[in-house]
Formats: sequence, C-alpha cells, structure tokens
Amino acid sequence: MSAGPPAPEGGAGVRGPGPLLLGVRHHGPGSARAVRAALEAAAPRVVLIEGPPEADALVPLAADKDMRPPVALLAHVTDEPGHSAFWPLAEFSPEWVAIQWALEHGVTARFIDLPAAHTLARGTEETDPGPGEDPGPAGDPGGAGRPDAAAVRIDPLAVLAETAGHDDPERWWEDVVEHRAGAARDPFAPFAVLEEAMGSLREAYGVGGHDRDLVREAYMRLQIRAAQREFGDDVAVVCGAWHVPALRRRATVGADRALLKGLPRAKVQLTWVPWTHRRLSRVSGYGAGVDSPGWYGHLFSAPDRPVERWMTKVARLLRDEDRGVSSAHVIEAVRLAGTLAAMRGRPLPGLGETTDAVRAVMCEGSDVPLELVHDRLVVGEVLGEVPESAPAVPLQRDLAQSQRRLRLKPEALEREIELDLRKETDAARSTLLHRLRLLGIAWGEPAASRGSTGTFRETWRLRWEPELSVRVAEAGVWGTTVLAAATAKAESDAVGAPALAEVTALAERCLLAGLPDALPVVMRVLADRAALDADVGHLAQALPALVRSLRYGDVRGTDTRALAGVAAGLAERVFVGLPPACAALDGDAAEEMRGHVDAVHGAVGLLGEATVGDAGSGGVRGRWHSVLGVLAVRDTVPGVVRGRAVRLLLDEGELAQEEAARLMGLVLSPGTEPADAAAWIEGFVGGGSGGGMLLVHDERLLALVDAWLTGVPAEAFTDVLPLLRRTFSAYETGVRRTLGELVRRGPAPRTHAEVTGSGSGMPGFAPDLDTGRADAVLPLLSLLLGLGDPAGTEDDPGGGTGAAAGTDTRNDLARVAP
Amino acid sequence: MSVSVEPTSVDTPAGERGESRPGEALRPHAEHAFAAELAALAAQDDRPRPERWLLSPWAVATYLLGGTLPDGTVITPKYVGPRRIVEVAVTTLATDRALLLLGVPGTAKTWVSEHLAAAVSGDSTLLVQGTAGTPEEAIRYGWNYAQLLAHGPSRDALVPSPVMRAMAEGMTARVEELTRVPADVQDSLITILSEKTLPIPELGQEVQAVRGFNLIATANDRDRGVNELSSALRRRFNTVVLPLPESADAEVDIVSRRVDQIGRSLDLPSVPDGVDEIRRVVTVFRELRDGITSDGRTKLKSPSGTLSTAEAISVVTNGLALAAHFGDGVLRASDVAAGILGAVVRDPAADRVIWQEYLEAVVRERDGWKDFYRACREVSA
Repeated sequence: MSAGPPAPEGGAGVRGPGPLLLGVRHHGPGSARAVRAALEAAAPRVVLIEGPPEADALVPLAADKDMRPPVALLAHVTDEPGHSAFWPLAEFSPEWVAIQWALEHGVTARFIDLPAAHTLARGTEETDPGPGEDPGPAGDPGGAGRPDAAAVRIDPLAVLAETAGHDDPERWWEDVVEHRAGAARDPFAPFAVLEEAMGSLREAYGVGGHDRDLVREAYMRLQIRAAQREFGDDVAVVCGAWHVPALRRRATVGADRALLKGLPRAKVQLTWVPWTHRRLSRVSGYGAGVDSPGWYGHLFSAPDRPVERWMTKVARLLRDEDRGVSSAHVIEAVRLAGTLAAMRGRPLPGLGETTDAVRAVMCEGSDVPLELVHDRLVVGEVLGEVPESAPAVPLQRDLAQSQRRLRLKPEALEREIELDLRKETDAARSTLLHRLRLLGIAWGEPAASRGSTGTFRETWRLRWEPELSVRVAEAGVWGTTVLAAATAKAESDAVGAPALAEVTALAERCLLAGLPDALPVVMRVLADRAALDADVGHLAQALPALVRSLRYGDVRGTDTRALAGVAAGLAERVFVGLPPACAALDGDAAEEMRGHVDAVHGAVGLLGEATVGDAGSGGVRGRWHSVLGVLAVRDTVPGVVRGRAVRLLLDEGELAQEEAARLMGLVLSPGTEPADAAAWIEGFVGGGSGGGMLLVHDERLLALVDAWLTGVPAEAFTDVLPLLRRTFSAYETGVRRTLGELVRRGPAPRTHAEVTGSGSGMPGFAPDLDTGRADAVLPLLSLLLGLGDPAGTEDDPGGGTGAAAGTDTRNDLARVAP
Repeated sequence: MSVSVEPTSVDTPAGERGESRPGEALRPHAEHAFAAELAALAAQDDRPRPERWLLSPWAVATYLLGGTLPDGTVITPKYVGPRRIVEVAVTTLATDRALLLLGVPGTAKTWVSEHLAAAVSGDSTLLVQGTAGTPEEAIRYGWNYAQLLAHGPSRDALVPSPVMRAMAEGMTARVEELTRVPADVQDSLITILSEKTLPIPELGQEVQAVRGFNLIATANDRDRGVNELSSALRRRFNTVVLPLPESADAEVDIVSRRVDQIGRSLDLPSVPDGVDEIRRVVTVFRELRDGITSDGRTKLKSPSGTLSTAEAISVVTNGLALAAHFGDGVLRASDVAAGILGAVVRDPAADRVIWQEYLEAVVRERDGWKDFYRACREVSA
C-alpha cells in the first residue's frame, strides 16, 4: 500500500483548512495505519512529528537498511550521560510510520516538540540526577496520550472511556479507534472525531495538571507556523491526540514566545539506540505504556484476518513446545474468541478474548502454557538494530570518562595490574572492571594473585580487543552509564538465572562490582530460589558464598543488611532440611553430605559473627548446634556425618569430652557394622581437620579406636581397611609417627595419663622422664652449642627405637617445643 | 424426534421430577429456587438467544454473576469469582462446544454447572453422576427388560439416558466427575459430541441432537490420574479452570459461614470470637497452597495436600468441637494446630520438612503468632 503514488488531495475525504493535525495514540497500531492512510491521501510536503528537534539530523538514518525497529531516540546531557530520556519507536508506532512515509516519498520530516536541551536542563535543576535510566521528568516525552501517565496527571483516555461506560481505557481505545480505523472510508474521519473528543476533554479539564504541556504546545505551534510559512497548508502534524486541540487553537506568536522565554538550556546529544519489545512493555517499567507489543506488532503487520493469523501463530508456538494442538483447535479457538467478543459487545476479538479462547481451547484451562504464549508472542522477544553510523551511545562516553578518571587506558597489549583495594583509585578500578565483566565486556580478567592472598588485593589481566567496542555499543541497551547498565544487567541476569548457585554467585559479583541497587532484586530472586529448591545440597552450597559476600561486603563498606537477612533465612532452611536429607545415603552421597555439613558449619560461624547485633544472633549458632546434636545421635544418618557432627560439637565445646567418648564407644561397640564404625571414625578424626592431634591428645579416644580396631573380625578388616587408610594417611607425618609411638607403647595407666595431661603440656607421653631417650638428645645439643664431637648423633639409637624413628621423634619434639 | 420418558429408570434422577414439589424438597433445584430471578431476566432480556435457550448468553452471565436489572430486580450472585470465567463458560455453551469445568474439590464446579444448566435450559436435572462404576447405559441408553422380552426391541423398550434426552430435546446435559468414569465409557461421549448423534444399532435408528443440546462436565484437578480423558475426547471440550477464592477475606468469609452452619447442624455449643483463629487457619492454608507468604515477600514450598477451602472448614470445625467439649469454650491455636498438621502433612517425609520450614521461617517471626507457633511445635515434635 505504500508503493503507489499518493492519492490526489481531497480525493478520499474531506479535510479542513490549515495544517493536517493527526492526533494519535503512541504505539497504537490502529493509529499507525490511520496515519499512513491519511498521509497517503493528503500528500503533505512536510511531516512534523512530536519529538526532540535535535534529532532532525538523525531522521535519514531511519531509512538505513541496518535500521530495524524497535529502536529509541536517546537524548542525554553531554557531560552527564546518566541524565537522559528515551523516545521508543516500534514498527507499529505512528511516529515511526510517519517517518518512514516521509523518507519513502522524499518529504521533509521534522521533530517539533520542545528541544531536549530544555527538557533535560529542567530535569537537572528540578531533580537529583538519579540512576542512569531514570527517565526523569522527560520520561514521558510522547505526551499525555499514553495511558500510563503518572498518577498526578489525568489520563484523557481513561476519562473518555469512563464516559463511554468502559472500565478499561486500553480496550475502549482498541474498540473505538484501533479496530475501526481500517474500516473507515474517510481517512481523516477518525482524526476529526478524536480531535472533537479531546477538545471537549480539554475544555473540561484544561491542561489537567500537565503544566509543562503549555510550554511544549507553544513551541509546537511556533514550529508549525514556521513550516506553514515555508510550505503553505501542505503540512501534516503527527502528535499525541491530547495536544491536537491546543495546536489547533489560535494563539499569538508573542504569547507563545513569552512562554518559551528564559528556559534553561543544557548541552545534549542524541542518537538512535536499539530497543526491545520487552522494554516497550509496561512490565519492565520503562513506561512506553504498551503491555502487548507483540500483539500490536501482529495487528499492524497482519494484512487481514488478524485473529485467525494470531491463533495459527499460537498453535505453531505450542506445537514447537510439543503440545498437541491441531487445526481443529485453531478453528474452535477462533470461534470462541469471536463469540466472546460478541457477548462482551466488542466489534472484534481483542487480546483479552483471544487469550481467554487460547486458554480454554488450546491450553486445557491451564495458565502454564499460556505464560509461554504471553512471553513469546504477546510481548515477543524482538531486539531492534541500529546502523553503525549512528552516533556513539552515551555508555561509551561514560566508559571513556571513567577510563580517563581512573587512568586506565584501553590497550590492545595484554598486561597485568595489581590492585590494592584499600586505595581509593584501585578500588574504583576494580569496581569498574567487575561491572564491565557483568556487562559481558571482557576487558579485564581476574587472575590469581601472586604472593599475597589477602582479600584487599586483586590481580587483573587487561586487554582491549577491537570487538569490545561493539560489545559496549550492544550494552548500551542496558543503560547510559556503566553503573546503570551493570545494575540493569545484573537484575535481568538474576531473574533469568536457572540455578540457585548462579544467583548466589551473581550476588557476590554485585558486591564486587559495587551495585547496591541491583542487590534487592538479586536478593529477592535468591530468596525465592532458595525457598523452592528442595535439595539441601544446593542450599548448603549457596550458603558459604553468601556468607562470604557478607563478610567481603563489610570489607568494602557496602550495606549488606538485605544479604544478612537472606543468609539467615537460607541457614534456617538448611537447618530444617538437613536431618531428613541425611537419611539413607550411600557412601559417596554421605561423603558429599559431610562436605556440606563442614561448609555450613563454617558459614554459620561467620554468620554468627556478622549478625552479632541481632536479637536472635545467638540463635543461629544455637540452632545449628541442636541440628548437629540431632545428626550426632540419629542412627539413620551415615556414620561419616554422625562422626563429623560429634566432632564439630566437641570442637565448639558443646559436647563434653566424656560425652564424645561415650558416643564413640557406642559406635565402636561390637553391635555396629565395622564399615559404619570406620566411616564414623573417618568423620570424627578424618581429613585435614586436625583429627590426628585430637587422638594424640586424648588417650581415651585413642584407646577406644585401638580397642575397636583390634576387635574387628578378620573378614571385616579387609573391608574397612581402605577407609581407615584414607583416614589416617591424611595426617601429617609427625602426627602419624606420634600416634604410632603411642600405640606401640600401649595404653598408659589412666591416672598417669591425666597427670601428664595437665602437667607437662604434652599429654600422651610417659609420666616419667625416659633418661635413655633424653640422653640421645645430648650429642646434638652439644653439637649445636659447640661443646662436643658431632659423631655421637649417628650411632646412638636411644631407648631401643630404630635409628630413623629416633631422629624423627627428636625432630618432632624440636618442632613442637617452641 | 421424541423419546418417551421412563419414570422407573434408576439411572436418571428424572424419576424425581414431578413427584417432589419444590417447596418440600430438602434442597430444591436451582431452577426452582431462583425461578423468580430467571423469570425476571427472561422478561427483560432483549438480546438474541441461541435456539432453545431460555436466556441470552449475556443474561445467563448476569444470572451467575449477579447484578441489578433495569426494573430494579436484584439478581443475587451465584458464583463469586472472575467474570472472565463465567463469560468463557457461557460462550462455550453458545458455540456448541462442550464445557469442561476443572478445579480442586470445593471450588463450586457442580454448583456452577447446575446453575448454567438451569439458566440455559431451565432444567438442571439431566445429570449423570460419574463413578468408577458408571456403565455405558448411563450415558447412552438402557433397556426395560420386561418390555424387551414381551414386545421385542422397540423404542418403547428403550430407557434413554439423561444425555439422550438432552439431545432429543435440545437441553443441557451434565456429567459429574467425568474423570472417575472408566475410559471406555468416557469415550462413548466422543460420537455424541463430535457427530451430535447417538446411534441405536439394535433398532437401526439414531437420535440426532437438536439445536440447543450441549453438555457440561465437571472433573477434579487432582484426580487427573484416575481416568485421564483421551485426547480425542479432550479436544471436544473447552476447559475452564475454577480457581480457589482469590482474596483471603473472601475465603475467611466462606469458611466462617460454613463453619457456623455445620456447627449448628451438629449442635455444637456456640463458640464466640473464633474469627481470628479462622483467619489464621485460612492464612496458613493460603500461604502454603500459593507457595508465597501473604505479604508477598517470601516464597514457600507447597505440600502435596490440596489445602482447599473445604479442608480449612473441617479443620476449624474440628477445632471448635475440641474447644467446646474439652477446652474452655474459646477457639485457640492449640485446638486447630493438630488439624492443620494433619491437613498439611500428607506425605510424612517431604511435607514434614515443608511444614517445619514454614514454621521456622514464617510463623516464628510473625507478630502475635507466638501461641500458634508453640502449639504447632508441640504437635509437630
């Protein structure tokens, strides 16, 4: 329909004198069609569009073959990229259609709204420069036609719809304008009717609290007058329907000029940026005011029978997802939608009717597949594209600024830098690099620190590749400053992350990147995922990372209260879930569970410190101890976990030595399977947890192990041997040696053991001085002191021990003594 | 085509018709109980009606959802819930597709289907109760064997099912608990719904559905596994899922009203001021059912039980009985705790963890719920 020559003027309808004013609903496909039809019929010589006039130079780019809507015009203050405003345009936006028509027919297209220089300057004066993508007062640049205008402003559509007896302004507009526009014979009629309605609205409500509109409309009137001087009456204006009566009104040039006098000015820059359907939709809060861009796009692009085509699309989508949807379903869904529309008194099925029909016929009443339809089709994941010749996005400027400020030049050559986070510049550098990493701009990669491993030190490997510039341009979708973009990206990543551990990692990265604004969202997602994750293992894995971030956040002075709350909640869930999760595990799973118990134990310790101010802070530890207590005595819990629990309680001082010995005695009594007992021992004293020293120090425990081991029947011994070997081979050589000594010497009389235990500080050794062995030290001592000949060390075995053993013992003593 | 009605049929409730006068029945049919409203609607309904419908679809929706007619007649709401659901249901009947009402027990499926049939056809008694033992005769036709032996197969010896009668007379038939019906019996509906005809091979005849015939089936969401509908049959239905009460207040209202009624019919001593405890029970049920706390901040795992409004009612009733007979006459947390535990923990392993998580993470922190927390801890330990 666009290829044909423009129809002769007045051929298809009657239009009044003066400029052709086309009042539209922003992002309304019906309006877009009507605008095209009206432009075809009127064939104006200039098209004036509501939008920032600074963008006039960017209009030709809209015809570029690499330009694909949805895109947005972005205006930002030159020195302050964070202060910006967007004018999003989709394929079905009337403004976009007008631009395209003008470009196709070689007609001048101009933007006539108040310059962004003024709107953004007002913003800097009146509001704090908030986070980057805050649209500020210019966030509704399209004007009042949008149905989600802020609450303080009246919504003209809502009033009109209410007057007509409809509760939903969107649906009313759809019924009255969008669905009927195509059917109207006269291309100007819908605009005339709308203008009349808006006219009476504005008579009743004045500017309706849109004070700024007066200024904007004055500017627009001046621009229209200028165009009229140039082109006569061959002027078409595409603007929000709300403005039409004001633009029609005759006002003196002087009065309009007076309104515009003394407006603040800022230096601004404009460019095209790619946009997405999702951001057009209301859900993401960007306020383009369209909650179903995919549906609107469909209405605009479908040549005919929109409902039938829509249902076919839905059926295809559901089929691709392996739901059996036949053509019969499509037929029935179309019928149901049509009948529903008739019953609700609507001219054509709208989104509501089609959705109800899809739910009842294709989705068997379930909302789950329906959500898929909503995501993929009603909103639709469409990403716009912008030609490379478009001016640089503000994110690039912001990045360049930060690079200059932090003296961190992008270089193609790879180099390593060491950052000391205690210094302000270095900390800022680290934050910047972390933010860029979040945005997928891999300029720096963290490397393992050489030397120091302190948390205040970071090592980065930097390398600027040319394609990173492209990445920066792409990341421009997320925001206008690195901070804002990283925040938005982190939030979106969190929502999309499938696994709990990923969200935890993200939380950690948010802290590293200094994104406090993203944390609430990440935390909420984290709490949700944690609540729904039934696997205690996942929770136990997530907890340490979280607690680590909590501690690390403290180092950087970040506010981590939200984090602490989530961590406490997570710990609570672990406490509840752990005992049942420990039942009926096989060997590998039990080993894994022991790892979880250790990890949680460490985390709880840190958590207890971190939340020490809380009223219930003692509670976290206390409850953990009671969980351990349950684990320690429950028979269904595998031995390795039980042993571990007893050990942790013993270390914490929650369990007396006697009690630990009693529990050990129970496990090591003949009634227990040897394999289970060996696992218990592994849990109790195994690994690198210093269990060997415990045995060295507590003869009672050692005696129990010793007695049990010698009592294991021969056939069972081979079964438990590998486990025992693993347990004891992990000990340090010295500890092993000492244990060997103790076992060889055999159990000492109990009373003596206790005496030495308190006396010499070396429990487990013979009560009396072994002069033979003491003498053996003397030669070495004399050697060190330069008193005698060194030969004596070599050939004195000392106390009947083997030569090597003797030396080792001395070494051991020498090591322990200081 | 007309089919004679056998008053002796055991399969159909048709026999009751005409014998019991509406005023004396323990529970009158919808079309009798609300006859005045239906008449008022019919009198003022000027919208187009599908053939053999007593009301226009719009009026049927008004009958179910309630409203005030132009002459001031007040139509009481029969169903409190989203308007959309009723509109889709009524529209489905108007498009001659069969309607399947799904929902957990206690979501007014049967109630809605009865009122739909009453408003559309003026007769809600063409009902087949689906059970595991429902025979094919209940859906197609049976024989009067005395007639059959005496006179041979004829139309007179035939005992029509409610569905057959509905087809012949252009009425709305109802099938309750469709998923409980054995699969082979379910499938006898396929021809009826797609070809709109019921062959009688013994007589070489058939009954063709006349315009106005339609069928409303109800099925339990949770029973999907019992006798899942074949996809061929499923395709013949538009499905509408009836949700649980949307707001806590509505549910508290429903629970307290029902509890009051039941309490009176069981002659329980009246217990004052139970509303707080009822609200608490409803809150717990809703939170666990929805998997999210009422403030929307914390997500929760949902246990395997239904936790329907009906169960909340029984928990409270039980608690009332405890309070009245063994307690001090005031409904307290300890009276409902055990009941709640029983309703929530259906699967001893998984549900218990969910319940304890809920207790520790949500109940313990909540202001004014200390007594409840303690009571629950006591019974859960």
